[in-house]
Amino acid sequence: MTAMTPCGDWRASYAADTTIFPTRNSRIALLLGIVLLCCAPLVFDRYELSLLINIGFLGIAALGLNILVGFTGQISIGHAAFFGLGAFISAYLHERFHVPVLLCIPLAGLGTALIGLVFGAPAARLKGLYLAIATLAAQFILEDFFARAQWFTGGVAGRMTESPVLFGFAFDRDESYFYLTLAWVIIMFVGAANLMRTRDGRALVAVRDHYLSAEMMGINLAYYRTLSFGIASLYAGIGGALYAHYLLFVSVEAFNILFSIQFLGMVIIGGLGSVMGSLMGAAFMVMLPEVTQWGADLLAGSSIDRALKLGASISFLREMVVGAAIILFLIFEPDGLARRWRLIKAYWKLYPFSH
Amino acid sequence: MDLTLLLQLTLNGLIVGALYGVVAMSFVLIYKASQVVNFAQGEFLLVGAWVCWWFLTEWQLPFYAGFIFTLLFMMLFGLVLQMVVLRPLIGEPVISVIMATIGLGIFFQALMKWIFGVFAKPFPPIFETEQVRVLGLEVQTVYLASLGVSLLIMAGFGWFFKASKHGLAMRATAFDQQVAQSLGVSVPKVFAMSWAISAVVSAVAGVVVGVVNGVSSALSFYGIKVFPAVILGGLDSILGAVLGGVIVGLLENWAHYIDSQWLNWGNMFQIAPFYGLVLILLIKPYGLFGTRNIERV
Repeated sequence: MTAMTPCGDWRASYAADTTIFPTRNSRIALLLGIVLLCCAPLVFDRYELSLLINIGFLGIAALGLNILVGFTGQISIGHAAFFGLGAFISAYLHERFHVPVLLCIPLAGLGTALIGLVFGAPAARLKGLYLAIATLAAQFILEDFFARAQWFTGGVAGRMTESPVLFGFAFDRDESYFYLTLAWVIIMFVGAANLMRTRDGRALVAVRDHYLSAEMMGINLAYYRTLSFGIASLYAGIGGALYAHYLLFVSVEAFNILFSIQFLGMVIIGGLGSVMGSLMGAAFMVMLPEVTQWGADLLAGSSIDRALKLGASISFLREMVVGAAIILFLIFEPDGLARRWRLIKAYWKLYPFSH
Repeated sequence: MDLTLLLQLTLNGLIVGALYGVVAMSFVLIYKASQVVNFAQGEFLLVGAWVCWWFLTEWQLPFYAGFIFTLLFMMLFGLVLQMVVLRPLIGEPVISVIMATIGLGIFFQALMKWIFGVFAKPFPPIFETEQVRVLGLEVQTVYLASLGVSLLIMAGFGWFFKASKHGLAMRATAFDQQVAQSLGVSVPKVFAMSWAISAVVSAVAGVVVGVVNGVSSALSFYGIKVFPAVILGGLDSILGAVLGGVIVGLLENWAHYIDSQWLNWGNMFQIAPFYGLVLILLIKPYGLFGTRNIERV
């Protein structure tokens, strides 16, 4: 394994083609990145850390959606409902059965995955638009269920929950919770990157690229579409559980259709069918309101501010920016940030002769 | 059993269902012509209703003038949307187009909240008598008028597609774009026209609902109720859209009746159509009147 990728295609084995790290440097770069992230609590204040934690659990859920939408080509407009399901399952398990929170998080993932499989089984027959509408219906039905199921969700009042504890050490501060989230992000992202190298991962991509040809090659369409739904729900559930034990309060209103759309926005902005893109998309979606706020603050007091009532309507402005970002990315950069990142890397690699 | 209530709710269902039918029709129009699933249909209602409200209250225009200006505005609105946002996405995968219309939906919903506020605002009264008695039931005049308007729009659509030149061009495009093009139909023009007509027709529905309930962002929920209606009727059938709309209107009112009489679950009014939707997708995914897709490699 060399430090640089050679010019041209020298890969001789299948293993070399599917490797996660093409060069030694890429592996070192990733490890360095993780080490740098581990130092983040020393540098950032609590607010910035909370943004990073948000990026973490949203990124995990977005990755799940990306496996469903980007890798398998199935659309879902109900991802937030599954995210919420994970949050509620985790909080419920902890409160009702006193399962330790650290164990609740993977259990919530599995529970959500099971329910995702139940929803995915009928969805396996549908595709494209019909699936979009069916998942839209699932979003409303689950949302209605959350509001109704007092025993499970605490109804409209919401449900309180607690921080994870390990051997007497509580992850109740942003600094410590950051490491917990980081660990889960690494596990889930490595898991997804490896999934795509396996037989099952390739089958998912085949279903996306041409489902009829895939079926002719012996890929069981219904099985893989359902499986993809299950995996997406697993990721959503774990993201949701991390969310629940970070905020310590789960309420029904959070998991509305707008949140589902934001997940789709993350996947599109990050790049469909790109593992790291999901994280970039989540980072983009988390930073977007911050940038909007910053822009509004910059204009505060000016005549534009007075004319448009920026301060009072910042929440609408944020929603508009989300909508606009999705449309602009679709028109001008349909492959998302992941492609832009590749272009930047290529630019530096070929530096003096980048054309 | 409360028969008067049942009758009242059935009548409501028919009237609201006719409106759903109108919105579903304009949704199907876009889908048929340009294969775009418009998740921002509800926002067409919203924008139309707010613009009309603005003409009537801020500019103090009489209703007919404000209404005509609204329709003109919506025509431009639909044209511009199609040309600026949807045209660059021709040939992109379904999910991109769906996401673009969803993005448009959030954008305009937030924009309307920003400009006009979050609270429902009533229209100035349009009819002199508020209520009329029909078959022993109190019915709001506006509701009757809305039923009339809906029927008028449906008849208009029927004529447009059966007899007018543009309607035929649109049907030809829906049938096969290449063939239509080779016969001299300008496909981009047809796309733009379908969006303009859809926006105008949705705005009419939006104004009617606004006159009845006041204008608020709840209007955009009509755009979501359209999905059960069109799936029920079949995505590419105008007649199916109308029937689907009426069925959804009746379904939600009857669900409300059953709920209020026996179950007391609450919220059935909103959710029942979606249960119906899931059921239909499981049994008959191409709807009652839709054409079944046969795919070949």
